Amino acid sequence: MKTAKARYRFDGGVHPQYHKDLTEDCPVRDIPLPALLAVSMSQHLGAPAKCVVKPGDRVERGRLIGEKAGFISANVHAPASGTVKAVEKRPGPAGALADAVIIETDAEATAKAGPAFPPLDWAKAPREELLARVEAAGICGMGGAGFPTAVKLAPPPGKRCEYLILNGAECEPYLTADSRVMTENADRVRRGAEIMRRILGGPAVRVAVEENKPGAIAALEKAFAGIDGDVEITILPCLYPQGSEKHQIRAVTGRIVPEGALPIETGCVVENVGTSAAVADAVERGEALVSRVTTVTGDGIANPCNVRAPCGTPYSALAEFAGGAKDVAKVVSGGPMMGFNVPDLGIATTKTTSGLLFLARKSVFAYTSQPCIGCGRCVRACPMGLSPSEISRSVEADDIAAAEALWVMDCIECGCCSFSCPAARDITQFCRRAKNSIRAARAAAAAKAKAK
Amino acid sequence: MKPQGPSETYVLSSSPHARADSSVRDIMLDVIVAAVPAVACGIAFIWRADPAAGLHSLLVVATCVLACAAAESLCRLAMRREQTLGDLSCVVTGLLLAATLPPGLPLWMCAAGSVFAIAVAKQAFGGLGYNPFNPAAAGRAFMLVSFTGAMTTWSRSGWIASVAHGGAGNLAAGLAAEPGVLETCATPLAAMRAALHSGEAGALVCDWRFLGDLFAGDINGSIGEISTLALLLGGAYLLWRRVITWHVPAAFLGTMAAIAFAALPCSGGLCETAGARAAFAAAHVLAGGAVIAAFFMATDMVTGPVTAKGKLVFGCGCGAVTMAIRLWGAYPEGASFAILVMNAFAPLIDRFTRPVPFGRREALRAAKRRAAEEKRKAKSAPADAKGAV
Repeated sequence: MKTAKARYRFDGGVHPQYHKDLTEDCPVRDIPLPALLAVSMSQHLGAPAKCVVKPGDRVERGRLIGEKAGFISANVHAPASGTVKAVEKRPGPAGALADAVIIETDAEATAKAGPAFPPLDWAKAPREELLARVEAAGICGMGGAGFPTAVKLAPPPGKRCEYLILNGAECEPYLTADSRVMTENADRVRRGAEIMRRILGGPAVRVAVEENKPGAIAALEKAFAGIDGDVEITILPCLYPQGSEKHQIRAVTGRIVPEGALPIETGCVVENVGTSAAVADAVERGEALVSRVTTVTGDGIANPCNVRAPCGTPYSALAEFAGGAKDVAKVVSGGPMMGFNVPDLGIATTKTTSGLLFLARKSVFAYTSQPCIGCGRCVRACPMGLSPSEISRSVEADDIAAAEALWVMDCIECGCCSFSCPAARDITQFCRRAKNSIRAARAAAAAKAKAK
Repeated sequence: MKPQGPSETYVLSSSPHARADSSVRDIMLDVIVAAVPAVACGIAFIWRADPAAGLHSLLVVATCVLACAAAESLCRLAMRREQTLGDLSCVVTGLLLAATLPPGLPLWMCAAGSVFAIAVAKQAFGGLGYNPFNPAAAGRAFMLVSFTGAMTTWSRSGWIASVAHGGAGNLAAGLAAEPGVLETCATPLAAMRAALHSGEAGALVCDWRFLGDLFAGDINGSIGEISTLALLLGGAYLLWRRVITWHVPAAFLGTMAAIAFAALPCSGGLCETAGARAAFAAAHVLAGGAVIAAFFMATDMVTGPVTAKGKLVFGCGCGAVTMAIRLWGAYPEGASFAILVMNAFAPLIDRFTRPVPFGRREALRAAKRRAAEEKRKAKSAPADAKGAV
């Protein structure tokens, strides 16, 4: 095991103000069990899970309530014991409606509930069994996108994983959830890494952490000491979006994932550090993924903190636990760069809710977009090497075809362009608009071709 | 479900929810801060030679800035669009235009040029961001063709005298006059041009004191072009503030120097040494509007290319056209024309220097590999088929 600075860097990126000092030293605290949980069937990327309970059912903590429906999908388990009150459509953080199981919780029964699965001996259990456990426990990427982990851990035939990269970059400003997981549960992160390494057939392990987390780095160094094989803690420079999968692969291994391909194409599998800890818990303790660490922060909340909350906790409960909102103007689910702005606090957390950001009135600015002055800052900032200025001008002129020719579909919506724009143009939103139009047009064309 | 909390007061917007602390106004303010020393230096040097002329040059600057602001405001009013004085871009145009004008230019001409720069070159196209040509360069070009006499008449300050001390032969003697007396005469560029045609260029530029004067600014010239030192300080400020990148100025001035170095005609036996060629190149870079054009006008974001590669191409083009005009054209100075010419090419340069998206090159390579593999398979498949038969 060694610690080394990253030898490569990706082009572009920006340096937002980090504001991590608000919560980086706040230990993770358990939130009191909310009376009502709204557990979404769509907490992961891909097909929503199929709900397998009905109103009136009694559920125990860890019991399956949503069954994975499709190849890219994940199981959903009850985060607490209680009674199913309803199964209804609820808006998720991004605004899309999805089935949610409303559970009236029973704190006593929850405390008594045993593990969801029998614990496994990670070093002896067959690889297939470990992989099946990761799949059964409903684990998905906890960094934000929520890609089902079991799919990543089973490379297609002919592809070999050479690098398992644990993503602890946490490049989004304000968020410290991953940082706290690494600091407090570094041994769980290590165990998860060992399990995933076994499943993947022994690739080299890289734990990628941005240099602004010395506490996490020290804890990881201690936890990973004495581990066998090719393991390295890779210190990344602070640069947003360092946590983006493709950019992290570039920074850590120097490899570039071809556009349109999956990371495994370059022999890499990237998993969030929180996911790694969840894998360890699922295997060793038989726990399903039903809770996660979330950073509740911002200048619009009384006591910024890191909490472990069951998935399905309403945002209002998080706000209350953090001392209540004060003069808040904007609530963002996730970080400020890519997070979703939510209209109210009735939305519930999911497996991917890494943070809840309350911005006070004074830090929410009104702005008027001006014409593009061609300064090129967005072009320099774009980590995907696009020409956001040209794309934004095309979309402004409703020339979606031109935007498509400018590779707008490659855009990862990281927000670097809008962030860096001195004319306050909503370039990222222009890109989104173009992407949605193109997707709709492609879907329509496909439907037409099918009808013929 | 009923929303909880005071939902009607929450702001809804798309990500990102953080913005860099920078605005168009900040950028323009930085350009103004960077340009002020050069203009102030120019006025001071002219003042030293003749206070009345110094005052007039101050009025030239004030007229340009005010006329630009007035034109901008009236244009927006006429177009029924929001006022844009706040972005300060019209002040930048006025300041830069004034910097490229002779100190003694009649004020009405200054006003006319300013109005052309703003009304025709900028607002007619829709205002800041939409103008294809640099307004200040366009304004100067308009004035040069409209008021050719006044635009090429310069008042003399101390510089010729110092050259005369150098004893650089007939040339300097012919141009020399009492120091501190302002009368119309040639600028260094015009003198160099005349000297070049008479085969005396080496004599002039081989006097390093001449180069020193060009650098420090004790020369004859347009208000803002007088002190190269002050201009470089301004350029350094812009680089430090990251308003501009090094690409355009370096390519612009580098190309000029290279062409001047190669193009000095060998006559009179003075220019055969590399030293003389270097001096000639240095004189071309330092004299006239090259430095202000390279740092302040060719770096205009709106009318130049976006990428680093594009900026290098743009800068090289500016330098080449400038030298072509200076050496073989009808005017002694060609920097503003060069910028206008290259402005026209900027969209084309942008198109050809567009970056390749992250992972696209690799995707292309992978696709090629797959195609080659399929070809190989297709080749071997018929052979198998034959074998089967």
